[in-house]
Amino acid sequence: MRITADQERCLGAGQCVLSAPDRFDQSDLGLVEVLDPEVPEGDEQRFRDILDLCPSQALSLEA
Amino acid sequence: MTVLPDYPQARGCPFHPADGYTDYAPVAKVRLYNGREVWAVTGHAEARQVLLDPVTYSSDRVHPHYPALAPRFESARKVRNFIGMDPPEHTVQRRMLLSSFTVKKTNALRPRIQALVDGLLDEIEAKGPVADLVPEFALPVPSIVICELLGVPYTDHAFFEHQSRRVVTGSTTLEESADAFTQLKAYLDELIQRKQREPGDGLLDTLIAEQVETGALSRSELVDIALLLLVAGHETTASAIALGVVTLLEHPEQLAALRSDARLLPTAVEELLRFMAIADGIARFATADADLAGHQVRAGDGVVIVIATANRDGGAFPSPAAFAVDRGARHHVSFGHGVHQCIGQNLARAEMEIALGTLFRRLPGLRLARDLADLPIKEAGGVQGVWELPVTW
Repeated sequence: MRITADQERCLGAGQCVLSAPDRFDQSDLGLVEVLDPEVPEGDEQRFRDILDLCPSQALSLEA
Repeated sequence: MTVLPDYPQARGCPFHPADGYTDYAPVAKVRLYNGREVWAVTGHAEARQVLLDPVTYSSDRVHPHYPALAPRFESARKVRNFIGMDPPEHTVQRRMLLSSFTVKKTNALRPRIQALVDGLLDEIEAKGPVADLVPEFALPVPSIVICELLGVPYTDHAFFEHQSRRVVTGSTTLEESADAFTQLKAYLDELIQRKQREPGDGLLDTLIAEQVETGALSRSELVDIALLLLVAGHETTASAIALGVVTLLEHPEQLAALRSDARLLPTAVEELLRFMAIADGIARFATADADLAGHQVRAGDGVVIVIATANRDGGAFPSPAAFAVDRGARHHVSFGHGVHQCIGQNLARAEMEIALGTLFRRLPGLRLARDLADLPIKEAGGVQGVWELPVTW
């Protein structure tokens, strides 16, 4: 699975960066940047929970 | 005829939701101060459903269907900024501010916040007990931080703190809140005009240069944005710091756990946010007919999301009434959810972590100088917390 981010939806709450600073960052405009999209097998639920915290639903998991 | 329960209801204990709220989970009709009947959403999943759907549930404060939860919300209709707008209008304004509130930017403020907290505690210790932590600690920390961030002179703090309290207090009348909004707007308009002549280096100065001078924002639009950032930037966090002290002192085993492992500080702050629910409720109105937990919501109906009870929903938080500093749950709705989720949330987290962590480290014998039952609780329908916090150590 891979994480995809939609900067058009992002509203810069920073929940993803708080959850996984090794995976997410914010651009100079304050919008989400995925540093590493690969979700290791067995880690899917942890990332579903992290993505669920995004208030603007800008993140998704894709096969 | 059924008598509907009132919203809002006063808290009996400053860190617990009003007793009456729990009887009508997850969605029920309540009656507002002006007699209007609206839907109270007290369940966590239902709260998220409403907050994630800004098309069906509008935040447009100017619209007559937007419910006033207390008289001051009628005056607030004259203040137009992104908190009271829907996308796409909301999105344009919010994006102008995002770069100043990133996790990186707020973390960069931590050394300054720490120095500020240390200085205030030096003064408190030098003076000796009893100290009232509201004016001497909880209020100046976020107030100075937001002043420095925006470029508002802290020397004016007595004025804007007083007016802000009139804006966020549940018992404020229509006339009082209208006057407070007028005074705050006049103050900020003058400040912004002065900054146009003599630019400084705050966020307001950046917004003048990047948005007002380019015609993207009018000066009066910037005044209304500045008003939101200034008021929400200090009054809520001040309440959260003071009530956080009370909550930790009233849960000594949890405070001991936090003291024994400082790494728990971020989760302890997150749990305080969930447990205390400083912003008791937020309003929306339905723009179309919709189903909400089996209830038929009609276009035009008012909705209030009761944050305090959504955060105590057993379906979302096991043992929801227990305060547990190691809970590690971030899906509370204390900062809201959806497109309007608090833009300053990471600044609030940083301020709470540094203020509470340093306070309990520096004053290990800290205790209330007055019984919990005798602390004056903030009125229903406004920012929640305590008006005074006398402590000794």
